[in-house]
Amino acid sequence: MSKPLKQIHLAAHFPGVNNTTVWSDPRAGSHIEFSSFAHFARTAERAKFDFLFLAEGLRLREQGGKIYDLDVVGRPDTFTVLAALAAVTEHLGLTGTINSTFNEPYEVARQFASLDHLSGGRSAWNVVTSWDAFTGENFRRGGFLPQEERYSRAKEFLATANELFDSWQGDEILADQATGTFLRDAKAGAFVHEGRHFDIHGRFNVPRSPQGRPVIFQAGDSDEGREFAASAADAIFSRYAGLDDGRAFYTDVKSRLARYGRRPDQLLILPAASFVLGDTDAEAEEIARDVRRQQVSGATAIKHLEFVWNRDLSGYDPEGPLPDIDPDPGEHHIARGRAQVRMYRDPIATAREWRERAAANNWSIRDLVIETGNRQNFVGSAETVARTINDYVQADASDGFILVPHLTPGGLDTFADQVVPLLQEQGVFRTEYEGTTLRDHLGLAHPDDIRHERAAS
Amino acid sequence: MSSASLSPLHLAVALDGTGWHPASWREPVARPRELFTARYWADQVTEAERGLLDLVTFEDGLGLQSSHFLDPDDRTDQVRGRLDAVLTASRVAPLTRHIGLVPTAVTTHTEPFHLSKAIATLDYVSTGRAGVRVQITGRQSDAAHFGRRTIPPIDDLRGPVVADLFDEAADHVEVVRRLWDSWEDDAEIRDAATGRFIDRDKLHYIDFEGRHFSVKGPSITPRPPQGQPLVAALAHDTVPYRLVARAADLGFVTPHDTGQARAIVAEIRAEQDAVGRTAEPLHIFGDLVVFLDEDPAEAAARRERLDALAGEEFTSDARIFTGTPAQLADLLQEFQEAGLTGFRLRPAVAGHDLPAITRGLVPELQRRDAFRRAYEADTLRGLLGLTRPANRYAAA
Repeated sequence: MSKPLKQIHLAAHFPGVNNTTVWSDPRAGSHIEFSSFAHFARTAERAKFDFLFLAEGLRLREQGGKIYDLDVVGRPDTFTVLAALAAVTEHLGLTGTINSTFNEPYEVARQFASLDHLSGGRSAWNVVTSWDAFTGENFRRGGFLPQEERYSRAKEFLATANELFDSWQGDEILADQATGTFLRDAKAGAFVHEGRHFDIHGRFNVPRSPQGRPVIFQAGDSDEGREFAASAADAIFSRYAGLDDGRAFYTDVKSRLARYGRRPDQLLILPAASFVLGDTDAEAEEIARDVRRQQVSGATAIKHLEFVWNRDLSGYDPEGPLPDIDPDPGEHHIARGRAQVRMYRDPIATAREWRERAAANNWSIRDLVIETGNRQNFVGSAETVARTINDYVQADASDGFILVPHLTPGGLDTFADQVVPLLQEQGVFRTEYEGTTLRDHLGLAHPDDIRHERAAS
Repeated sequence: MSSASLSPLHLAVALDGTGWHPASWREPVARPRELFTARYWADQVTEAERGLLDLVTFEDGLGLQSSHFLDPDDRTDQVRGRLDAVLTASRVAPLTRHIGLVPTAVTTHTEPFHLSKAIATLDYVSTGRAGVRVQITGRQSDAAHFGRRTIPPIDDLRGPVVADLFDEAADHVEVVRRLWDSWEDDAEIRDAATGRFIDRDKLHYIDFEGRHFSVKGPSITPRPPQGQPLVAALAHDTVPYRLVARAADLGFVTPHDTGQARAIVAEIRAEQDAVGRTAEPLHIFGDLVVFLDEDPAEAAARRERLDALAGEEFTSDARIFTGTPAQLADLLQEFQEAGLTGFRLRPAVAGHDLPAITRGLVPELQRRDAFRRAYEADTLRGLLGLTRPANRYAAA
């Protein structure tokens, strides 16, 4: 007997600040007007997706000392736009990236608890860290945190926020108009936290929210990041959307859970994935090639090469061969505020490998960037894409995907109309929301139930 | 009386829990169990919009409410707990179309970079109806929630500790405003020919350096629809009057009679002149707590009943009005002649006095040609007769 089919989790990432978004397409709309977010959220909810996801950046990126101007720039405040989206949706989870370095636990905890109340239990927090002085220049704290301490602060930040969420049990508000007792407990919300990064005490001022705590996401990929997720997250936002790398990541992360007394189903693995649909597989391949060319202009290709070379390469022809000089091995000074820079841990070796691949395939700089930076995961007809997504999930390459369309705000529409019905026909994706909270959609227990389960075992 | 010669007055309502009387939650109309739901706040704001009010404010704080000014209490007989005001305002924005939304934000322990983009975003989600009411906190218990600094004990509200917190608030507002201007309106160019999404020359570092913090900029959020969302502050004394005169578009003040109103307005206007803002419009609204009923005896009886439930007489920083909509209209017009441009009414019981404002006071003022009969603008600045400011960084 074969094992039962896994149910697929699907979410939608509003395309953010990077070169995924094809802003030059005539169908591309505003990336900042609320009507774009509302359209995107309504499509995700029409498709019965689990949640909508927003990324964050707290300083505009720079390259060569100037603000980067080739990609979409500008985005709204995460909390504020999610709260507004709660008004135009009923079921969709609302996931926001909030940095644990340039915020304080009391404020973030009350914002997430408020969002959870205002959305009827649909909030989720993607906990990210940073340390750099570059971003810090926008904040009172400045760039105060040594890189090696960022997870230490993130862990304590999350633990402290959880203490604040748990400072209300949920039954304190009596509001008995006859007797005049509003609070059952004179110390509701009382907390004391003394730690390495935070030493705070007092009374938390938001009562316990529908989900108890927001759902916790984690997105870091280092060994420390994976361990942090295994110990404290409900879901992990990974970048391994392929079959083999996905399975390797899945196996690794799920195997870490046992040491924290957690079951494999208590941490969902959800890679970010892009898609291109066509009426036929051949048509989709053609569209995909066109999208890649639009995502990587000649100017963009040169800028991407600079992430590795750490040198000004503006004199090179993007349609010509790769530079024969080696990268500047020193501290990165060309591109600032870019996550990609950290992906190339050995720039000299990366440059050598790229030169060899480009020479072997007769690739120009732009060809090389298109090939190595290709993030198109699912390309084909609706049937092909639905089948592939399902195959990957059933093969434990993931528990589902966070889809990143290349168009704002209508890029999700065809997926909702064409792919989702096929997954529903196969019985691997919901046709109606069964519950009301994001925990319900993700199959995650309420934290109070987990506590009771632990106490009973 | 010469009401016909006065400009129409402006009206705001201050939303706070079930109302401003500490026993308001015990009234049958109060809905105290729904205070932490979106529906409760949506109902309040749509009721205010039904009355064509200019704006609503949302109270907030970084600690639990207390009956003491500077210290927490452990009372269980009053409403405790509140949702983040910026998020609440944002949650109701898509459900309303005209009314201004002005959440309270504390400047003392928060980051101006975060506040600037939050209010800019509120302006986007409300398509031009956002404001912010800035507030300081001198509570040591609030400081302990953050653990970043301690606030010295405050024994004198006119002393250096409070003055310093207001200086910091002024810097905070300055940073927020510079960040709103850090993108020129036409910075997004989508120039396919050159591959540039923005014209980087139209984005600006704000390079703010102050005593309490420094901020580089630019904002991550483009300039909001109003250019500069409305900045408001409540003020009771010279130091906060100065903040209003220097940094705000709207000040809330608490005169108890027309003589005081005249004196406060004169002080703020003089300070405005002193800093060269004479030509800039600055609204000064009088705050009043209101108990409104068609029969004045009923309003008085209601107040007495609530005081009895609370176990003490209700007092407030603002004047407390008890009476009919017509009597309140008389009082507002009298105050208006003393130089106030509008009023922020604090309903004693939200479920009773807010509809009494929208369905009793507003029609009474309309009969006197003293209040609008329809919304005449799409933005909050427009409702208040304020133009969209030029960007300070844009080349003239």
